[in-house]
Amino acid sequence: MAEHLVFNGDQAIAYSWKQVNPDVVASYPITPQTIIVENFAEYAANGEVETEYVCAESEHSAMSLCIGAAAAGGRVATATASAGLAFMWEVLWIASSMRLPIVMSVANRALSGPINIHCDHSDAMGARDTGWVQIYGENVQEAYDDSLMSFRIAENMKVRLPVMNCIDGFIVTHALEKFIPIDDAVVKRYIGEFKPIRPLLDIKNATTYGPFTGNDYYFEHKFQISEAMKSAMGVVKDTFKEFEDLTGRKYDVVEGYMLDDADYVIMAIGSTAGTLRYVVDQLRAQGKKVGSLKLRLFRPFPFADIAKALEGKKAVAVMDRAMSTGSSGPLYPEVCAALYNSKDRPRICNYIYGLGGRDVKPDELAEVFDHLAKGTCKDINFMGVRQ
Amino acid sequence: MSEKRAKDLPQGAMITEAGNARLYETGSWRSKVPVVDKEKCTDCLQCWIFCPDNSIIVEGEKMKGFKLTHCKGCGICANQCPAKAITMKEEGA
Ligand code: SF4
Ligand code: SF4
Repeated sequence: MAEHLVFNGDQAIAYSWKQVNPDVVASYPITPQTIIVENFAEYAANGEVETEYVCAESEHSAMSLCIGAAAAGGRVATATASAGLAFMWEVLWIASSMRLPIVMSVANRALSGPINIHCDHSDAMGARDTGWVQIYGENVQEAYDDSLMSFRIAENMKVRLPVMNCIDGFIVTHALEKFIPIDDAVVKRYIGEFKPIRPLLDIKNATTYGPFTGNDYYFEHKFQISEAMKSAMGVVKDTFKEFEDLTGRKYDVVEGYMLDDADYVIMAIGSTAGTLRYVVDQLRAQGKKVGSLKLRLFRPFPFADIAKALEGKKAVAVMDRAMSTGSSGPLYPEVCAALYNSKDRPRICNYIYGLGGRDVKPDELAEVFDHLAKGTCKDINFMGVRQ
Repeated sequence: MSEKRAKDLPQGAMITEAGNARLYETGSWRSKVPVVDKEKCTDCLQCWIFCPDNSIIVEGEKMKGFKLTHCKGCGICANQCPAKAITMKEEGA
């Protein structure tokens, strides 16, 4: 096993791509993702990878290039954030509907306006319906591991969908942490040869990609994507298990902390999950029966796993680092739906927090636990805003 | 064309058989139908060149009419015909 390295999240992702050696990387730099493509461009310029590295003139073009390259039969990776992801939105649907296993790292950042470069999940949540698998990592180790696993998930013949692996902008992308990489040779074996399905460049088996479908066939193709997404649930779990066998690092679609006997639970995505475990430890030391739940996989949504984890609890706070203005946070209604048919469902409330990189303080999370215990939280609450 | 189930369709809406557009009859989309006046027609075959749906029937280098199973009634042939030999009539009139 390799030694520890000290990298930030972006560098760790670029390093994983170097080991994967994709056929094509097409990208447009945007904060806080820029380090990924900058570092990778350096690997390409130094001849450390054989990748065709394309500087696109926009994110719409970058994703379009990725789509073309993947349809041509290549293994493809890219990265983006915030407005860049929003600008790709139209073509994200094309990538999934063409069933192209593109891997994209998203450095979660707020959407304008007001213009802001810091962390929240508005960008990726805005792309939740595009037919991409979405995995969220908490730290640099998970950024690296998720990036590698994303290739395996996307390229699985039961899935063949693009995968977004997301990390919190600045908090993970720019903070140096220790992580354990996998040896180059092991990664090479783990990722294996890319197996294209009817690539455009196979002129003996001519194929048309991306044709028009009318009201007679569009729906069937959407249903196929839904079925592939359903299969992705099992494939992600198997991939996590295989990865554990390979590295000893254990992941699950939802990961509970001190959950078994907990009455009050806070659920979160990304780096906040780390802060939460710290708060849980503090409150446990005072004898409070609290626990936390981290969501790793948002698409496909693990309804059954969430229900199993939260059934029988007294109250749950769902933390949303994004807001569907005029409704709630995007995670909240899905967690409610996961538990609605349970026999013993908890009271569930929503906290919108951390928008535009607003710091998440342990005291504030302890206060949320306090509100849960006292029953003083509303359905939809805001944490950390000056109201 | 029989209507296939999702599980029987190629994934990603890929078309894996070359030239299968002929199996997809687009004639039902038509609201206007081209009619040729062979008295005026000079068999220059401009209509055949321009028709986007390969719906001009040509035999022995002569313009013989329209393949109405696929003609969408776009009117390009009528517009292009130098002899003004094609008119677009209301479908079913
Ligand atoms: S373009 Fe007009 S004149 Fe020429 S072949 Fe067609 S119908 Fe006849
Ligand atoms: S109306 Fe359009 S589709 Fe029909 S024959 Fe003329 S050019 Fe072709």
